[in-house]
Amino acid sequence: MRKRKLADRLLFGYVWLIIAWLFLPIAVMIAFGFNDTQSKSNVSWQGFTFKWWGRLDEYPDLTDAMINSIQLAVICVVITTVLGTLMGLALGRYRFKGQGATNLIMFAAISSPELVMGASLLSLFVSTGVDMGFTTALIAHVLFCLSFVAITVRARVVGLDPSLEEAARDLGASTWTTFWRITFPMILPGVVAGALLAFALSIDDFVITQFTSGAMQTFPLWIWGATRIGVPPQVNILGTLIFAVGVAIAVINSVTARRRT
Amino acid sequence: MKRLTPYLLILPGGLWLAIFLVVPMVFMASVSTQEGNVVDGFTQTFNFANYADTLVLFQTQFLRSVGYGLAGTIIAIALAYPIAYWIAFKGGSRKSTYLLLVLLPFFVSFVLRTVSWKFLLADEGIVLAPLKASGLLPEDFHVLQTSVAVVGGLVYNYLPFMILPIYVALERVDPRSVEAAQDLYATRSAAFRKVVLPLSLPGVFAGVLMTFVPMTADYVNAGILGGPQNTMIGNIIQTKYLVNNDYPSAAALSFTLMAAMLVGIFAYAKALGTENVLEAAAR
Repeated sequence: MRKRKLADRLLFGYVWLIIAWLFLPIAVMIAFGFNDTQSKSNVSWQGFTFKWWGRLDEYPDLTDAMINSIQLAVICVVITTVLGTLMGLALGRYRFKGQGATNLIMFAAISSPELVMGASLLSLFVSTGVDMGFTTALIAHVLFCLSFVAITVRARVVGLDPSLEEAARDLGASTWTTFWRITFPMILPGVVAGALLAFALSIDDFVITQFTSGAMQTFPLWIWGATRIGVPPQVNILGTLIFAVGVAIAVINSVTARRRT
Repeated sequence: MKRLTPYLLILPGGLWLAIFLVVPMVFMASVSTQEGNVVDGFTQTFNFANYADTLVLFQTQFLRSVGYGLAGTIIAIALAYPIAYWIAFKGGSRKSTYLLLVLLPFFVSFVLRTVSWKFLLADEGIVLAPLKASGLLPEDFHVLQTSVAVVGGLVYNYLPFMILPIYVALERVDPRSVEAAQDLYATRSAAFRKVVLPLSLPGVFAGVLMTFVPMTADYVNAGILGGPQNTMIGNIIQTKYLVNNDYPSAAALSFTLMAAMLVGIFAYAKALGTENVLEAAAR
């Protein structure tokens, strides 16, 4: 019995060790937003300062890149949530011919390497002479987020109790009314989870965006470009702000999920 | 009308996937057998030599990518399994909190996290500089620009994709089946080997799928943490496409990479059923 306790305790320590490792670069990122660095490069610790927080907009192209990232993510979320919810409903609710093929394509979209997806889209755009920019990047973002939303919604649809919809119909509700009053509210948590996932995937994406965005820059692309000449502290601050928003959303989501069940 | 409903629901999203996933592949296949250059334009000559040429030229990077991918995947399994096990069986009511802690760092941009590792591991950075100053490490010790840094970065960036599917598989293991094994006089380790481990293998397989493919195709880690001796095939493809504009040989390389992965993926999907893998992937 005592030996068993020791093993458990070791395992527990290990779990926290890994969690600490996962957070290590995050801590560095947050700390270096307060680094009193003298040059543009921001590698060694030179003292604490708040000055960069007041000079967040020092690099206009960085600000533009951030705005591009947010716009791209928001529009991508709107499109993928609508299309993905419809797909999730079809896949979770109905049996139909072509279901296997749809599953296979979704599987391919999730599992093909981003590099190959980006490269093939670039081949398409180059071959057809399409100008690359915001729209082409958006097409790519919807492509790799869509399956995730569809699967998240499908899981929720499969878990629904069909008798609730039958009851609504027995009480004279039309298909449309049944959907908006009964089905939609019940799958909403899945839809919201899918939308959040799509937002996170889109705003973080680097590889596919690099291949499909032409001259347009997003936040990750700007950082990649800056690694050669030095990453300014403003990047760390923007990263910290995104992290804070992410944490807030995650906490709100888990608190509301707990209240629901 | 009723029978048409699922098709109408699936159509817009399905078309998007089909058009922008399948059609570009056809174009890439076409580009991969073209000849020419950016100035004079490319022409379709069915020049399959592109494949042979690039494979010979870049076999080192190909093999290195597969090697890094394999090493990273194996290390990720070793690191992820105990965590997934602990959260699934000992996490109790705090399970979702632990999962959240594992996932939170990934709210920070992938590129930015990798850049932070560069700061951490820099020769005169906050970790190595004090160790060198105190004489614990020799002056010429460095981590950046080595394969250790690249594989470490890969493991770091893809670890949650290994933890989650293994956790999902372990979560489904009924603790009563372990008790039953122990009632039948299985020792703790025998119960683990004969009951828990086999039941968790689909999760491990899903995890391998979710990590090996992106690790092998990754070029961000090698680009930021590695040096010229650690370039992966992704770095070559990226440079050829976006810097050299050498589309035909870049397309041939991408296609070879994808073909190698598809063989693996379909073998996996066949063995497990895509449904299982998809579900593990979605969580």
